[in-house]
Amino acid sequence: MSGKKILQLEDIRREFIMGSEVVKALRGITFDVYEGEFVTIMGSSGSGKTTLLNILGCLDKPTSGNYLLDGVSVSKLSRNELARLRNRKIGFVFQSYNLLPRTSALENVELPLFYNPGLSTSERKQRAMAALSEVKLQGREEHMPNQLSGGQQQRVAIARALVNQPVMILADEATGNLDSRTSYEIMALMQELNQQEGKTIVFVTHEPDIASFSTRTVMLRDGRVVKDTKNENVRSAKEALAALPPADDY
Amino acid sequence: MSILRFIMLALRALQRNKLRAFLTMLGIIIGVAAVIAMVAIGQGSKESIQSQLSSMGSNMITVLPSSNVAGGVRIGGDSYQSLTIEDVKAIQQQAEYVSAVSPVASTRGQAIYGALNWPTSLQGVAPSYFDIRKLTIQDGVSFSDADVATAAKVCVLGQTVIKNLFPSGESPVGKVIRLNSIPLQVIGTLVPKGQSSFGQDQDDIILTPYTTVQKRITATIYFQSIYASAVSEGASEAATNEITGILRTTHRLRPTDENNFQVRTMEELIKTLSSTTSLLTILLTAIAGISLVIGGIGIMNIMYVSVKERTKEIGLRMSIGARGYDILMQFLVEAIIISVTGGIIGVILGVTSAKLITVLLGWPTLVSESSIVLSFLVCAFTGVFFGYYPALSASRLDPIEALRYE
Repeated sequence: MSGKKILQLEDIRREFIMGSEVVKALRGITFDVYEGEFVTIMGSSGSGKTTLLNILGCLDKPTSGNYLLDGVSVSKLSRNELARLRNRKIGFVFQSYNLLPRTSALENVELPLFYNPGLSTSERKQRAMAALSEVKLQGREEHMPNQLSGGQQQRVAIARALVNQPVMILADEATGNLDSRTSYEIMALMQELNQQEGKTIVFVTHEPDIASFSTRTVMLRDGRVVKDTKNENVRSAKEALAALPPADDY
Repeated sequence: MSILRFIMLALRALQRNKLRAFLTMLGIIIGVAAVIAMVAIGQGSKESIQSQLSSMGSNMITVLPSSNVAGGVRIGGDSYQSLTIEDVKAIQQQAEYVSAVSPVASTRGQAIYGALNWPTSLQGVAPSYFDIRKLTIQDGVSFSDADVATAAKVCVLGQTVIKNLFPSGESPVGKVIRLNSIPLQVIGTLVPKGQSSFGQDQDDIILTPYTTVQKRITATIYFQSIYASAVSEGASEAATNEITGILRTTHRLRPTDENNFQVRTMEELIKTLSSTTSLLTILLTAIAGISLVIGGIGIMNIMYVSVKERTKEIGLRMSIGARGYDILMQFLVEAIIISVTGGIIGVILGVTSAKLITVLLGWPTLVSESSIVLSFLVCAFTGVFFGYYPALSASRLDPIEALRYE
């Protein structure tokens, strides 16, 4: 794999102080992610997945080690600079969608642009519309989250992640709340974004099934990388979706 | 970063929670309306107290002759004669803070009508004396400047004199009484004034033109006193100084000379007036302050609930790039909008209810612009003050914890 390094992690450690005990969540993580990769980070609970995700997402800083996001060293940045970095470089997709209630799909997608000054109202709307059509939700702009299915809500969330044209989409158990059919739909969309538009995706999950759709899997255990493998034959989510028994209509 | 974005954001958030926004506003609305209505009632009663007190003659100034030194011997005040018509005219022409002036030439005598007689006080005054002392004619008329010029033999009687000379209840107007053998025609009667604050019967009095007393009875050119009205209670001191200056000139006193007269104001009355009104102001300010603080606590309460309730939203906003400042502004602007909108509605409601109070209850009210401006500013400040802390605590949330908040 060649190309630009989007993520560079060098001996990342993260310790928490719980009372008198020091809990070592990450004990030296080193790996790089290149542009255009679709990486799944796997591990059971307690393996340090979430801590790593927080650091990758610039929500948290490592205790020691060096983390470069798109060539920028994160550890020296202030709170405000981190916020700016999150806004421009990262598109978050959460397990529980985290859409604003009683707010239309379009407004939800526009949200990151609110914190990106220099865009006019019409530009914002245009970009949000484009992002919504990328996730195939044209015509649903004015729907409220409670008028959308779980899969549709997650697609609104993906559109929101795409709207600022980030260097990386960071998904946290993005299919965790969905049934397998809808999960495959979401994965098909992720694969499409990765393959056709070359989006770099880092997908945290504990389901091996989901990991099979990615190009690379990083396995964590006890705060260390235990396995980092390229996936030679990537499964197609579209085909997997087609192979599912037809939905029962009753 | 334009503030407009935050205003739009806040308006949208409030739109989604209309009822709650309204209930929060209600605290401010009632606070501001109460302040304005209360101050209007206060100002109205202050005004009416003031006019009542000035009807008691709180702006009255008296000039009395006083002691003087003649060859090392002090001569007593009452017997000393220094006030003349020249003094009265000088005050009338020169003093700016004096609205009316009248000399008083008084004497005592036995008033006789038919078989009845009564010892009383005869006061020779100018027509302006009625205004200065707030005396009102009950029947008949008062005497005029023409009567003064001709030293007319006319008089106005107080009620005590009438009671003693006309006990049968017949009208004294038009009758002729005698005083120290001078016949005086009664042309009017006075509305009773009762006792003065020092126990003197103010109705035991006969008023005539001062020329009549001076030329026909006492044969003197001096006055026992001069009464004057300052243009307002507040001008009493200025008027006093003015009169003193004028009289020193007319009396040709050298700078080293002591005054041979004294000028007195109704100081006690003025003090009562100012302490009453300042007490009223303090009371109203306290009530105003309390109601606005309660409104402010309402805002703070709701903003806290709102921050708690929207913790997850805050976490999300932070994860997609909101800085602490953005979150702070979001909640602060929301609080300010609530309080300012509430303030505007409160002003309208307050002014309306003040008018209603006047119409329905007949209480005097006076809506002052300063109370509107002040209460509005205070409520805007309240919004900032009470909205700031919840907004600040929202902006300091840890995005990771906020995102996982349930």
